[in-house]
Amino acid sequence: MNNFNYTKAVAVEDAIEKIKANTGAQPIAGGTNIIDLWKYNLTSFNELIDINNIKDHAGIYELDNGGLRLDALVTNADTAYHPLVEERYPLLSKAILAGASAQIRNMATNGGNLLQRTRCYYFYDAATPCNKRAPGSGCSALYGYNRIMAILGTSEHCIAVFPSDMCVALAALDAVVNISGPGGDHAIAFADFHRLPGDTPHQDNNLPPAGIITSIDLPANGFAKNYSYLKIRDRSSYAFALVSVATGLDMDGDIIKEARLALGGVAHKPWRVKAAEDFLRGKTASKENFEAAALIILQGATAFEYNGFKIELAKRTIVRNCMMALHPESQLPGAQPSN
Amino acid sequence: MLSANPNAISLKINGHTYDLNILPWVSLLDALRDGLNLTGTKKGCDHGQCGACTIICDGKRILSCLTLATMKNGSEITTIEGIAENGRLHPLQQAFIEHDAFQCGYCTPGQVCSAIGMISEGKANSRAEVKELMSGNLCRCGASTNIIDAIMEVKDGGSHE
Repeated sequence: MNNFNYTKAVAVEDAIEKIKANTGAQPIAGGTNIIDLWKYNLTSFNELIDINNIKDHAGIYELDNGGLRLDALVTNADTAYHPLVEERYPLLSKAILAGASAQIRNMATNGGNLLQRTRCYYFYDAATPCNKRAPGSGCSALYGYNRIMAILGTSEHCIAVFPSDMCVALAALDAVVNISGPGGDHAIAFADFHRLPGDTPHQDNNLPPAGIITSIDLPANGFAKNYSYLKIRDRSSYAFALVSVATGLDMDGDIIKEARLALGGVAHKPWRVKAAEDFLRGKTASKENFEAAALIILQGATAFEYNGFKIELAKRTIVRNCMMALHPESQLPGAQPSN
Repeated sequence: MLSANPNAISLKINGHTYDLNILPWVSLLDALRDGLNLTGTKKGCDHGQCGACTIICDGKRILSCLTLATMKNGSEITTIEGIAENGRLHPLQQAFIEHDAFQCGYCTPGQVCSAIGMISEGKANSRAEVKELMSGNLCRCGASTNIIDAIMEVKDGGSHE
């Protein structure tokens, strides 16, 4: 743990200026990840910039296109329990409530959820090599105890997974991330926000230098009639996913008009394969068709020594969750498998 | 003079206002325990994994170990020391005794503060939901079943399920 100065930003432009002016500065909102990493000596900064006083980015608003804007500084709890989110985007609400604990959801913000770091054991152990923590030092997970690691989109440099639940739903819902930075404002499609490790695993996402997430936009279709979030983990609550699945379906009787499927716990970013969704369009909502879609999603999945179980687990979790999405009332607290 | 000091903060804790001179890297948990001798709030893991340090800040249950005290300047905080009123135990404290809802007692202050926060959130309508929404508070003695019993009694005014 290092010492640091504490300053407050009162507006987005102010925060960007302060970050730009000091390469050792770190913005903080909820702080649930950054303070933890700082205590483990996994991150350090000489200035902590408190952005919680930026009041014009702390609300949830309806958009003219029928969508919803979630400001970056709204807490995960206030987002999950917001009446418009519960009513129109229950998939997002369920996914948020499957993550962390009630106390952490009361603290953590939407922007911070997108920016959280991996929970790879080796990333968290400063005594071991890790390309994400110390680029070029090597990946300890490749030949280590890699039971929780990725099966899709890995590289020889990093096999860590991205731990968010909220982001799995945001990926399925085709959300858009709004960013302000020194170069002005721009928007990034959710699928393009997080990165695969490649040979730059230290870069989790495409937030530009001195950039700030200001809000997340949800399109009009929230798949509120047929949806489900299922999270499989080592204990039934307050644990990161081994595999999680977000499903949204638009149905016409037994026929799938449109399907959305995103996976958590299997890759360096929420995993979505459009080909599987295209396959399901116009098909009957049956176990067999969902199994076929699962195989498309898991094409190219590669296991390491201890995480081979994840491939079959992911397939079964996809099928189970799609069947649950046909009966969303079957969902249980904590995104557990239905009875 | 106080306003010129960047480390000066004011916290209202259990109804009393405390003016503190605190370095920016001190957690709220350490400020309570070491700075104010309010040792009822416990340090378990100090990393947001156990819930022992749960307190109520501006009406919401949060983890004091992952909170910097300076970031809560001006906030209203309730710790386990502020739960009882006029020498009478809070109904949850009484229910914990009656349901044998602790053994070593180390997680208990966090459990009680968390349960009070959960009840005021108003989102737990069944035993399964109470279990889920209390999962951030670990009890390594294994009293969790009795803890949920105690909370259910207070939440429902005595009826179970």
